[in-house]
Amino acid sequence: MGLYEDLGGEPAVNAAVDIFYRKVLKDDRISRFFTGVDMVHQAAKQKSFLTMAFGGPNNYTGLDMRKAHAHLVEQGLNDSHFNAVVEDLGATLKELKVPDHLIAKVAAVAETTRADVLGR
Amino acid sequence: MPQVVFQGSSYEAGGQSVLDCLTARGHAVPSACRAGVCQSCLMRAVRGLIPEPAQKGLTPAMVARRLFLACQCVPSQDLEVALADDVIERIEARVCAIESLNEEIRAVQIRPQGRFEYRAGQFVRLFMDARTSRNYSLASVPALDDALIMHVRRVPGGRVSGWIFEHLEIGDTVTISEAFGDCFYLPGRPKQDILLLGTGCGLAPLYGIVRDALNHGHLGRIHLYHGSRDACGLYLNEPLSRLAAIHPNLRYRPCISEGPSAEGYCAGTPLGVALEDNPDLSGWRVYLCGNPQMVEAARMQTFLAGAGSSEILADPFLPSGTEAAPAPNLQ
Repeated sequence: MGLYEDLGGEPAVNAAVDIFYRKVLKDDRISRFFTGVDMVHQAAKQKSFLTMAFGGPNNYTGLDMRKAHAHLVEQGLNDSHFNAVVEDLGATLKELKVPDHLIAKVAAVAETTRADVLGR
Repeated sequence: MPQVVFQGSSYEAGGQSVLDCLTARGHAVPSACRAGVCQSCLMRAVRGLIPEPAQKGLTPAMVARRLFLACQCVPSQDLEVALADDVIERIEARVCAIESLNEEIRAVQIRPQGRFEYRAGQFVRLFMDARTSRNYSLASVPALDDALIMHVRRVPGGRVSGWIFEHLEIGDTVTISEAFGDCFYLPGRPKQDILLLGTGCGLAPLYGIVRDALNHGHLGRIHLYHGSRDACGLYLNEPLSRLAAIHPNLRYRPCISEGPSAEGYCAGTPLGVALEDNPDLSGWRVYLCGNPQMVEAARMQTFLAGAGSSEILADPFLPSGTEAAPAPNLQ
């Protein structure tokens, strides 16, 4: 079985998405990147991101990631912010009692997007 | 072979998704992930059976509106589809009552000629002529009211509201669209707590939703906060207070955000007063209607207070084009 199935598939994403998004919005290190964004679209994007990080179905490419974050890189998005998001993701999964070895796998998938997200 | 019907044309689906079928014929349908996740390609089924995978992950309100994900929808039989917010039908209706609710808001009652389906809290587009139209929320409840009831605020310089206030008379025939919007009461979770926040004539859909919920015998708390700058901007205080007196689970709080406080009113914005009363909104369903800035601020704050993102239903009253005055900041 793949990571997505191990985590519980779409219901697991649905359980995680609000907790994760709330953590991100309340995180002073990164909340400024979310001011003024349309919450409805943002929630759908968070769900796409989590689905991808969970190893689920997605058609996102490195180029999409670059384009989507280019304006944030201009505003100073850097490694510390990326790390904060990965940390919030880990804390979300911990809260949902996901075992540590699966959390590590999710973090590893998220890590593969670092260069694209930060435009390097 | 199943056909996809869209904007008057019929196409063979040929085992493709509705999205692929329509974009291959040059139609612009919004899309992004093409994996059933981002919900950019939401469309509405006008006629026909929606395959189950096409509604996976949608909220109950979306399913009730027959929305589906075009990228995940491979029709097994003929399916007529529309963009999620396209007007498909135009219906004649007769004006049967006009009543003043306060200095700037009137209740206009219309009776559709023929069958008309809607849910309390949805809105219709009212056409002044072939090209000029505005959306008005419905304050009526299908099970309780014979007519559709709209609350129309006179917008300074507004063409359609000006026409309604100056020219519309009882007995006139008007044209409306079918009903739109996902801001409506969903039976099925009678014990869920419900929070409703509205400014100005954003009360219209909330008034419908509250009465619909009570009519369904809703058991959870129903807390309605209606805000305006001053007491003159509020309306329906009496019928709402009467309802609250006979339904112990209904709380009605009129809020005044500017000027001196007055007896019988809360000082502050609906959002501020509501969060003071209930700082933890975990498990609540939230309805937000009216001023767009209030709606967006409340969407964020109620989410941070614990309401689930799919449990927050909003209907921001956007000013139309340039002829409408900017909406007053009532948040």
